[in-house]
Amino acid sequence: MTRLKAAIIGSGNIGTDLLYKALRSEWVEPVWMVGIDPDSEGLARARELGLKTTHEGVAGLVPHAAADGLQLAFDATSAYVHQANHDALAPFGVKMIDLTPAAIGPYCIPPVNLEAAVASGESNINMVSCGGQATIPMVAAVHRVQPVEYGEIVATVASRSIGPGTRNNIDEFTRTTRAGIEAVGGAKVGKAIIVINPAEPPIMMRDTIHCVVAERPDEAAIRASVKAMIEDVQTYVPGYLLKNGPVFEPLADGRWRISTFLEVQGLGDYLPTYAGNLDIMTAAALRCGELIAQGAKA
Amino acid sequence: MNLQGKKVVLHDMCLRDGMHAKQHQISLDEMRSIAVALDEAGVPLIEITHGDGLGGSSINYGFGAHSDEDYLKAVIPHLKQAKVSALTLPGIGTLDDLRMAMDCGVHCLRVATHCTEADISGQHIGIARKLGADTVGFLMMAHMVSPEELLAQAKIMEDNGATTIYCTDSAGYMLPEDVTDRIAALRAGLQPETDIGFHGHHNLAMGIANSLAALEAGALRIDGSVAGMGAGAGNTPLEVFVAVLERMGADHGCDLYKVMDVAEDLVVPLMDRQPSHQVRVDRDSLTLGYAGVYSSFLLFAQRAAQKYGLQSRDILVELGRRKTVGGQEDMIEDLALDMAKRRPQSP
Repeated sequence: MTRLKAAIIGSGNIGTDLLYKALRSEWVEPVWMVGIDPDSEGLARARELGLKTTHEGVAGLVPHAAADGLQLAFDATSAYVHQANHDALAPFGVKMIDLTPAAIGPYCIPPVNLEAAVASGESNINMVSCGGQATIPMVAAVHRVQPVEYGEIVATVASRSIGPGTRNNIDEFTRTTRAGIEAVGGAKVGKAIIVINPAEPPIMMRDTIHCVVAERPDEAAIRASVKAMIEDVQTYVPGYLLKNGPVFEPLADGRWRISTFLEVQGLGDYLPTYAGNLDIMTAAALRCGELIAQGAKA
Repeated sequence: MNLQGKKVVLHDMCLRDGMHAKQHQISLDEMRSIAVALDEAGVPLIEITHGDGLGGSSINYGFGAHSDEDYLKAVIPHLKQAKVSALTLPGIGTLDDLRMAMDCGVHCLRVATHCTEADISGQHIGIARKLGADTVGFLMMAHMVSPEELLAQAKIMEDNGATTIYCTDSAGYMLPEDVTDRIAALRAGLQPETDIGFHGHHNLAMGIANSLAALEAGALRIDGSVAGMGAGAGNTPLEVFVAVLERMGADHGCDLYKVMDVAEDLVVPLMDRQPSHQVRVDRDSLTLGYAGVYSSFLLFAQRAAQKYGLQSRDILVELGRRKTVGGQEDMIEDLALDMAKRRPQSP
């Protein structure tokens, strides 16, 4: 079976982790790795794994896009350059899966709206953020039982798992995640908080998801919905675990708070298992690419 | 110690760090009257925002009685000489929040990160400078790193554009020697035109001693809080610190009696209104200082202890053991649930 040929743009933590996962895919074949530093470890590793590489950014890839039959690109660079990367590859019919918080295309959180996002036929699909991938499924799990008036998430990640891209784009992280909580999670109003913890040994990614609902919560239905959603995410991130909750608590204004506490353990493809935040992002992006590939072959 | 004639810029925290003690419920009138009185007393800098900075209003940290914008607009037009600062933590507050604060007339933006994560401050410090703010880099939980590591992080903030760098003892853990070593390292390693500041918590009752050590080692700005109202056992009590500076002949520019009166007439009554708002060294706030725990975890740990039948001191010690950092308030309920599960069930 021929797989859909793909480029990975960005040879840092996220791009490299994605490469390892894509090499195992039945639907996507990574053929190019794009970086900007000739001495990049990520590019050297990609070459060892049999990929073609360039250190001249997307400009170095463009001359080969048609000849190599590229149909898919994963952008794991930064919000600032994503638009230019998209514009450079769009004329070749390359579908772009955006792992930066640039968010020029529709958001995709696989267990919530993967089919809809892919079926939209958009040439650019955005993966929101690592915090969004980990938490928005829980907002949606509550929202499909009872309307969520306010959804707030706190993502706490190990310092070692956060590369310069996220560090330089911290404002886009909070804004894009908030927008995803609203657009995909269904919350009327969203809020996103990220905390970076440098403890050694590094902590697992932790996520807390608070949802506020107007009426007394249907506890049994919400518990069941949360459990089912967690199982959906576990199909591509096995280490997505409910630690505590849902906790149901009445608020002073008569509304209710529903809080869920998660831990996300990664597969450890490139970075160690504590970097569940990378894993959930790359696994979700690959899943998105695979669905596009399945559609293209159908 | 000789501080005769030494210039000190005092920065009051009771309307920002004090918001933690008040669970972010200070009224607009209270905020305005205290700020006006501080202005009259000659305090040059007053911080005003939610306790966790711009955008801190949330389930995680507690919703404010009013928005940051409402507080800033209620206070700033009434001040004669004092300038207002706003705190922000990248990851919580956004660039839009900084723009809003500047539009309200804020003079100084303080960008706070954990003491090892200065490189998430670039966007916020960058825009603060661009908007013309007096731009401060605020390195929290500074007891967790060596003076050399703190300097390396401070340089990142300085390179990003901060013109003042703070050594922040968020846990009230430091002893005077710890402060001396860190401030001296910053003074020796940063550009001569970069000012140094110290923000203390009084959990080990070291607020005054640590602030003096900071001044002697080269700090210019010192944070305090009238009546000490702040997270944990509060901040360095400003009226006490002014009295000490007065005795030592330092150049602080404040009216001691007026600062005392703000504390006694306006701030103490705020804390007296509810037992949970009492700011003092007790076994829980002392544990913060002893175990090196972020001071604003105090009330969260006490509430979780009550809800899940635990001892708040046990929760705080465990938070310290796990090396939690500022902003991880959500960890407290999660941890309490774990501790309650592990507790032997009564028959």
